[in-house]
Amino acid sequence: MAALLSSHITANAVVGLLLLGALWVARFVRRNRLWRDAFTQIARRRPLALAVCALYVSLGLIDSVAWIGGGDTGGDAVASHQPRSLLDRAFGTSRERSYSAPLARAEFYGQRPLAHPGKHLLGTDVLGRDVLFVTLKGARIALLIGGLTSLISIPLALFFGVLAGYFGKWLDDAIFFLMSVLASVPGILLLIALIMALGKSTLSVCLALGVTGWVGFCRIARGEAMKLRELDYVHAARALGVPEVRIILRHILPNLIHLIVITFVLTFSSQVLSEAVLSWINIGVDGSWGQMIAQAKDELARDPIVWWNIAGAGGGLFGLLLAINMVGDAVRDVLDPRTSKENL
Amino acid sequence: MLAYLVRRAAYGVLVVFGVLMLLFALFFGVTKPDDIARRAIGEKAMPSVIAQWKKNHGYDRPLWPGAGHLTDNLLVDHFRKMLTFDFGRSDADDTPIINRIKDGAGPSLSLTLPEFTCGIGLGLIIALFLAFFRETYIDRAGLVLGVLGMSVSVLLYIIGGQFLIGKLLRWFPISGFDSSWLVRPRFLMLPVIVGIAAYLGSDTRFYRTLFVEEIHRDYVRTARAKGAGEIRVMARHVLRNALIPILTGIVISVPTLFMGSLLLENAFGIPGLGSLTVDAITGNDFATLRAIVFIGSLLLVGGQILTDITYTLADPRIRLE
Amino acid sequence: MALLEVRELTTSFPSERGRVPVVDGVSFEIRAGEVLALVGESGSGKSVSAFSVMRLVPKPGHVDRGKVVFGGRDLLTLSVPEMRAVRGHSISMIFQEPMTCLNPVLRVGDQVVEAIQLHEPVSRAAARARTLELFKKVGIPDPQERLDAYPHQLSGGLKQRVMIAMALSAQPKLLIADEPTTALDVTIQAQILELLRELQRDFGSAILLITHDLGVVNELADRIAVMYAGAIAEQGTREEVLGAPSHPYTQGLLRAMPALVKRGERLNEIPGVVPRPSDWPKGCHFCTRCPRAFEPCPDITPSETVLSPTHSVYCHAVARDLKGSPS
Repeated sequence: MAALLSSHITANAVVGLLLLGALWVARFVRRNRLWRDAFTQIARRRPLALAVCALYVSLGLIDSVAWIGGGDTGGDAVASHQPRSLLDRAFGTSRERSYSAPLARAEFYGQRPLAHPGKHLLGTDVLGRDVLFVTLKGARIALLIGGLTSLISIPLALFFGVLAGYFGKWLDDAIFFLMSVLASVPGILLLIALIMALGKSTLSVCLALGVTGWVGFCRIARGEAMKLRELDYVHAARALGVPEVRIILRHILPNLIHLIVITFVLTFSSQVLSEAVLSWINIGVDGSWGQMIAQAKDELARDPIVWWNIAGAGGGLFGLLLAINMVGDAVRDVLDPRTSKENL
Repeated sequence: MLAYLVRRAAYGVLVVFGVLMLLFALFFGVTKPDDIARRAIGEKAMPSVIAQWKKNHGYDRPLWPGAGHLTDNLLVDHFRKMLTFDFGRSDADDTPIINRIKDGAGPSLSLTLPEFTCGIGLGLIIALFLAFFRETYIDRAGLVLGVLGMSVSVLLYIIGGQFLIGKLLRWFPISGFDSSWLVRPRFLMLPVIVGIAAYLGSDTRFYRTLFVEEIHRDYVRTARAKGAGEIRVMARHVLRNALIPILTGIVISVPTLFMGSLLLENAFGIPGLGSLTVDAITGNDFATLRAIVFIGSLLLVGGQILTDITYTLADPRIRLE
Repeated sequence: MALLEVRELTTSFPSERGRVPVVDGVSFEIRAGEVLALVGESGSGKSVSAFSVMRLVPKPGHVDRGKVVFGGRDLLTLSVPEMRAVRGHSISMIFQEPMTCLNPVLRVGDQVVEAIQLHEPVSRAAARARTLELFKKVGIPDPQERLDAYPHQLSGGLKQRVMIAMALSAQPKLLIADEPTTALDVTIQAQILELLRELQRDFGSAILLITHDLGVVNELADRIAVMYAGAIAEQGTREEVLGAPSHPYTQGLLRAMPALVKRGERLNEIPGVVPRPSDWPKGCHFCTRCPRAFEPCPDITPSETVLSPTHSVYCHAVARDLKGSPS
């Protein structure tokens, strides 16, 4: 199972699905006036931030499309039988032996000439890997963490929240109790407990982040479902004998979409930040910027300092979070019914 | 009021039982005692060694209550021990867990308490200031700085703080701790500063939003129509009302201050409960982890009950119903 | 000599199409002790006019130009501390939604005490005593207990009485009442109106009554100013405006009252809808719906046509009728 999940074929398939999904959403937004207006407003307020997000997404996609064979692996026999993404191929083989400063011609310690002098824009790390390459690869991981975990937590939250809010009574009590129990364990401790129990792997990190993240939105969904249940047209639908499932799908869920969008964008950055913290204590995702930073934490203490690892990972992280936060502000201003302004 | 308190406390007890059940499922169900043993003594250990280890650590009993062992099983054991704070010994190094917890609470608190109070105080003051000058350049600058500050991971604040203040400016030591209360502040200054700086951006923005929301309410317009000046409006009307949600957000975190900060203690070498947690993670010390998560939950549930009480007391609309 | 004289008041708000006036060159006056009703539909700019007089226009709107002369001074030119001294003291205001107009975490007595102490150096005890008297005067039952009540413990009607007590605490010369009864039940409405009339007689305050309800106007008003889309259409005494309306809008309004129409007959309506401020015509704002609109109406703002010392209209058609040429 785990092998299937991490196989490059699955990754390619997921990328294809995502692209198809994005096309479907684009078509829907273009047809629906309200969403088109909302999107235009968001784009008008934060064009630069949206562009940066698009850039990150492209990077992630480039690193997700992978296949075996072809290309030059510089004599590395193992690599030529492993799936390599577009990004991998763009960087080819550019390994050194160990540290080197950005655009340097010689190694950092020992001054031995490099195999690819002047080619490393951000230098190389302790294993001799090009830091720019590793940084760019981190984009895909960050998007995975932010996006995939939301893909787990939001549907879970919707499922339990709408059920609890709409049907009420003992179902509500049971789900509310479940939410209370999960919410009563301090976040980071719950994450740690889950990861330790599930085993320290990428999948368990994503699962753990998803499981700890759904309670917040679940509360909101529950509250909204309770409100929506009392609306006149829902009463009318029930009086007409419309089956409950249909009511939920046609009347309750569509009214939650704007909240889903807001929640997705807002929790994206907190998930990425949480993963960074987990990396610091060695239970994060391999290859993430958090891990890069954690591994490089002692480098600034050296003399002369090695700054390019942290600069790369830190810059990548900062750029993504800043862009997401700004887009998140715009999304919330436009979609949150409490903050929308009146038309003059 | 009393009836409400009793009901609330009873629900809290129920939740604690739920947490214990969750912990049991995670630490005995998902991760079986065999796995714990293997992680402690090595993957390739012989079955007899594993059995002995399990016996030593009390893991050698059946999981559930069943015929013949209604109380002598891991489930009942787990509940009983946790609720009596009988945490036993660490899976990693066999020291009594309760002692390590007691020793760690003090250092953790000496870090989290100043960080918490100063962080909130500073955040409130800046947010009030920004709200007073809303929509002007001061406010906009504050918001921009806030969003920039929020987008920097706390890890970078730690590394940056250690580098800038510890290494370059040499104001405070990069890490370390001292048991003497006179010497301790020197070692705590840097982690406290880093801790405040890392969350100042998001906290300030949050408080400012609350203040600005209140400023737009009708009763503020009434106050102005009476002839009240902006300062009086902010202090007497806006602050008083905004403090209700702020206070409830603060109170809930107070009990968990004992748990310390994983990152800060780890990075700055402070021997508190946060460090204990990190050690337990690296050492696969499930017994200690169970204890820590349990205590953390107890404190959080206590905080939640305290919050409900505070909210009831602070808001006259709820208190007098 | 008018107590309050408003001349060419213009207040604008930003919109997608730039700054847009919501109150457009409005002029009216109130004499001491009289009740002027400012009547209009929602969105006509009557509330914003009142806020402009008090200089309480919510940001990002602001008063662009005009004069608001009160007690010999132009309020729009006063410094902030000077204006604050006027608010709550010489001019008071009560609002539409009593439910949200009082601070929920302060006792109502204390809020009235605050209003008193903001303008006079009296002790808290003295202010409380005054508040008790005011509560009695505005008809709050059990006034001693109600002093320490919180807003949520009072009904809408009681809250509005507290607001009135607060507004009258300094015996202002002018009370601005922005739709004071709109949010209340019909029976309570009548009580509050009766109270306002009584207090107006006792305190001698003038009242600027803002409302869309012609029934309320009939109860209380001495003079009426009719507003449409940010501009005054017609103003005069109650008898003149209600009995002999000249402006096509006023005529349309009065004709639209359901009481005038027999059962089964179609109600009279003014065709069309009120335009948004950004869509107002350059000239007369009513011209797009006016049955008497002609050439000058869309481009030239009508000036004042005086029909009597107390009655004036802003309409080209009426001017043409009178003088043979548009105003």
